[in-house]
Amino acid sequence: MTKYVIRRLLGIIPTLLVIITISFFIVRVAPGGPFDGERALPEVIKKNIEAKYHFDDPLVVQYGRYMFDVLRGDLGPSYRYKDHDVNFYIFQSLPNSMILGVIAISISIIFGISSGMLAAVKQNTWVDYLGMAFAIIGISVPLFVIGPILQYIFAMRLGWFPTSGWITGDNGWITVILPAVTLSASNFGTIARLTRSSMLETLRSDYIRTAKAKGMRSSVILFKHAMKGAMLPIVSYLGPAFAGIITGSVVVEQVFRVPGLGKFFVQSSFNRDYTLIVGVVIVYSVILVFMNFIVDIVYSLLDPRITYK
Amino acid sequence: METNETRKTLLEVKDLRTYFKTDAGVVKAVDGISFKLSQGETLGIVGESGSGKSVTNLSIMRLIQSPPGKIVGGEILFEGDDILKVPESELRSIRGNKISMIFQDPMTSLNPFLKISTQMVETILLHQDMSKKEALKKSIDMLKLVGIPAAEERIHSYPHQFSGGMRQRVMIAMALSCEAKILIADEPTTALDVTIQAQILELIQELAQKLDTAVILITHDLGVVAGLCDTVCVMYAGKIVEKANTDELYARPSHPYTDGLIKSVPRLDKAQNGKLFSIEGQPPNVIDLPPCCPFHPRCSRKMEICTKQYPPVVDLGKGHEVACWLYAENKENSTDE
Ligand SMILES: Nc1ncnc2c1ncn2[C@@H]1O[C@H](COP(=O)(O)OP(=O)(O)OP(=O)(O)O)[C@@H](O)[C@H]1O
Ligand SMILES: [Mg+2]
Repeated sequence: MTKYVIRRLLGIIPTLLVIITISFFIVRVAPGGPFDGERALPEVIKKNIEAKYHFDDPLVVQYGRYMFDVLRGDLGPSYRYKDHDVNFYIFQSLPNSMILGVIAISISIIFGISSGMLAAVKQNTWVDYLGMAFAIIGISVPLFVIGPILQYIFAMRLGWFPTSGWITGDNGWITVILPAVTLSASNFGTIARLTRSSMLETLRSDYIRTAKAKGMRSSVILFKHAMKGAMLPIVSYLGPAFAGIITGSVVVEQVFRVPGLGKFFVQSSFNRDYTLIVGVVIVYSVILVFMNFIVDIVYSLLDPRITYK
Repeated sequence: METNETRKTLLEVKDLRTYFKTDAGVVKAVDGISFKLSQGETLGIVGESGSGKSVTNLSIMRLIQSPPGKIVGGEILFEGDDILKVPESELRSIRGNKISMIFQDPMTSLNPFLKISTQMVETILLHQDMSKKEALKKSIDMLKLVGIPAAEERIHSYPHQFSGGMRQRVMIAMALSCEAKILIADEPTTALDVTIQAQILELIQELAQKLDTAVILITHDLGVVAGLCDTVCVMYAGKIVEKANTDELYARPSHPYTDGLIKSVPRLDKAQNGKLFSIEGQPPNVIDLPPCCPFHPRCSRKMEICTKQYPPVVDLGKGHEVACWLYAENKENSTDE
């Protein structure tokens, strides 16, 4: 197991190098550049700026230099925000996105699994139908619709929550709830449906019949005998779920004015702010790759039939 | 050979009917079955694949998946109480404790996510007043009894680390660990290879005798029945077509189906011109069966009436019962169904 963990961790490095390389070149292939504003700069000034940022060097040289910096932990200067470098902006906004993402994924997991199990146990009753209706809504209604609807009902109409803002503002932690719920919607739906179907399948399996034949209580059967097997598909889904949280947070942060990483992702793309784009991509990739790794480990801990060497 | 009357009746199945609702129609998997099981008796249930053997026994334990299955009629009297009517809590004290079951497929019947020790200990703790430690010790003893080598260590393995034969032994050990009064063994050896089959069957018989457990042994192997069972029920298309004492059944197989089954067992002592006997045709589809003898399309002694009416059950004496028109006295207006 230890060997496997080390090997997987080492495997992350080339994956990340490939991602950095691809994004480095792709952003430069897109038309336009960081200094092509609405007003065209005079040729001389543009030349000067480009020289300052080494844009006049061959692309390969730029790439080599960038890689060298990244490996030292320096994501370079932003081409648009002159006050600070990319590291600063990321470290300032990442914790906010992380808090939002972690709370959102926890909501999806906790409510998704419990409604899925309830739906499976009470199959074809109103509990089942209601739970699955919510699940479908969560999956099919886009975030930028759910967000404003929640804002309208719970903030404007009922006044239970502020419409927007963040923990660091006057309203404190209560501001997290609406954006986190919005962000959790689609994963909640998928996890609830996955849990329901996998639980139903598990409950029909031979080994559950054996447990019943032994005279066990249905609650014990559910939690001790069926839970582990039924959770495997959910654990596998968590990898994609984290990816969904990341893309979703870009939208949700806009809707609820959360000072997170998403803002930089969108704006840097419009601005062709190469280093900031690639920097954000690197951060997202590290999170994703690492989460996938953790998911695999959890999976192997759940399923004794899987042995890693 | 013991007769049913000398021993107390433990289990009595009366006119049991278990149907499955499917898209193709209602599958009458078990359709009016009755039999008795006495203390210490070994009852064999034989029949082709799909004849309803497993469904019969799952019904006894109320383990039929519903939907699509449903026990639509009959009674299952265990020590006088109808299992079909007892509340859930009482049912739990019967399952595993008074009646335990070994399932057909050892590969899937153990929980792959829990250690053998967990699965065995929980069974014992459920029905017996013991500490965890004692239960573990008992589990190890049971595993030794069924011939698992190095049981002290192996009990902490997961099922996938065991071979099929060993898993079936674990199932047997688990089923016997609570000293149930009835052990239902549903084709305990079908999934195993021949050399282990005999061992497992002997094991079940030996343990059952030791603990004075009544056994319902389901099989489609008549050879097994001859060696182990006191009484035999022959099932065909959800019904019992013949029921008798084992010796009696072999001496006087009366239903043409039973006769065919016995003839199709390979034997060394009788020359058969190198050819094995086999019953022609396919087992019937039990969906929407017309009210006729379900065996008539394959029967060599079929008569006009066989295609029109289900035969009545005829008692040939000494508890030998057969459902066949050949033995019915009044062939015109017999009313069984
Ligand atoms: N869940 C189910 N849904 C629909 N039909 C079923 C179901 N379970 C069993 N049946 C039907 O009931 C009939 C009897 O099945 P059963 O499993 O009792 O056969 P069996 O005698 O045990 O056969 P085998 O020797 O193959 O184990 C079959 O026709 C089968 O198709
Ligand atoms: Mg069967």
